[in-house]
Amino acid sequence: MSGVRVLVGTRKGAFILTSDGKRERWDVSGPHFAGWELYHLKGSPVDPNRLYASQCSGWFGQIIQRSDDGGKTWTQPGTPPGEQAAPGGPPKAESNKFVYDTSAETGKPLTTHQFYDGKQHPWEFKRVWHLEPSLSDPDTVYAGVEDAALFRSKDGGKSWQELSGLRGHGTGPKWQPGAGGMCLHTIVLDPSNPKRVFVAISAAGAFRSDDAGETWQPINRGLKSEYIPDPEAEVGHCVHRIAMHRSRPGVLFMQKHWDVMRSDNAGDLWKEVSGNLPTDFGFVVDVHAHEPETIYVVPIKSDGEHFPPDGKLRVYRSRSGGNEWEALTKGLPQRDCYVNVLRDAMAVDSLDKCGIYFGTTGGQVYCSADAGDNWAPIVRDLPAVLSVEVQTLA
Amino acid sequence: MIRVVLPAHLRGLAHIAGEVQVEIKGPVTQRSVVDALEASYPMLRGTIRDHVTQQRRPFLRFFACEEDLSHESPDAPLPDAVVAGKEPLLIVGAIAGG
Repeated sequence: MSGVRVLVGTRKGAFILTSDGKRERWDVSGPHFAGWELYHLKGSPVDPNRLYASQCSGWFGQIIQRSDDGGKTWTQPGTPPGEQAAPGGPPKAESNKFVYDTSAETGKPLTTHQFYDGKQHPWEFKRVWHLEPSLSDPDTVYAGVEDAALFRSKDGGKSWQELSGLRGHGTGPKWQPGAGGMCLHTIVLDPSNPKRVFVAISAAGAFRSDDAGETWQPINRGLKSEYIPDPEAEVGHCVHRIAMHRSRPGVLFMQKHWDVMRSDNAGDLWKEVSGNLPTDFGFVVDVHAHEPETIYVVPIKSDGEHFPPDGKLRVYRSRSGGNEWEALTKGLPQRDCYVNVLRDAMAVDSLDKCGIYFGTTGGQVYCSADAGDNWAPIVRDLPAVLSVEVQTLA
Repeated sequence: MIRVVLPAHLRGLAHIAGEVQVEIKGPVTQRSVVDALEASYPMLRGTIRDHVTQQRRPFLRFFACEEDLSHESPDAPLPDAVVAGKEPLLIVGAIAGG
């Protein structure tokens, strides 16, 4: 019987929630990596038992973990537990080594970015925000990192190389950190074109590569951000999340710092579809697994508050690809709720009916097994949830 | 043998319990001890000092014999009691954060 596996990253560890296709009764596994921040976990679409996890800490830095048995056991790629390097043997454990490319001509840093004080600042690696496994090869995985850059591993996470055409295409000096740092948080792979990759960066904007990550172009035309000196600048926009339906890879949906946007031409031009939302600020956006015009957001009150308007946790659904939105409230707290839903904390399964999932900074993970009509918490008291991904298992 | 005490998170990462012992040939310094530690437990690379700069991570400190050695040169000899195995080198995470 089919089922689902929900991968939850939190401030203090990872949790794995499993259920059958009814999605009513859940087994909870965890905490895995207790005490560490788990920014993101995601499974390979090719091999569902191959999971990647970003484990990090302000004390000890970045760790990459991999599971080959659906999350029962984990190893740092290249260093199985208990395995020690032979004396004088080759160095191992490059799996947490993220080193930015330097200029081939000068050997110096490729570029600088704008810092909070307006001055230029060199790139400094801090953590991996997002891991995106390849659609075709379980050993290939992309990592979006802070300070913003894109890395790729082709050996199952053992080693990482920067795709430095992204930082090096010329707009880097105009990128700047948002309140959460300068992070590459969204990686979207085009299922119809293996050479096409989309990424989003706070606060630089959205970018597209049509040659498998070698060269990049900003795709921010149509975005308007009143909080930057030129609201329609080529880069500098605080994009929070981009989502795509795999049947229509040219159609993208975006939750920006303000505004919900859509593009019908792979990001060449965006138009606002915020419509009747109570606030067009938020972090998440996702698309129904079987209805490419049905999309979901969670409006959040901003800038200073970052909780749901009126203390009511509401998912908003549009069945028209934006502009007309309905509030989904059944089973969600409609009073005294002041949590946030962070950018990687919503996911959909591909069962029929489509399941929608999201996690909150209050430690709840909610599931709707009927496309958003009714909601129930899977867990209520986890640490603050940073990310939610779901795997639909045969 | 040189005795080393690691913070709990790193013991978990390296799948070890209690103190670690490493053998050092040549001068016993912060650098040589961490080199030996990383050779035996490669999963610790990058967690105590930066992969590239080899600088101690900011929220970790080195103590031995009730002294903070964090700002000593990484190539300075460690105290005789550490070299003799009577006292451990303590690698300590800053008490901070939530």
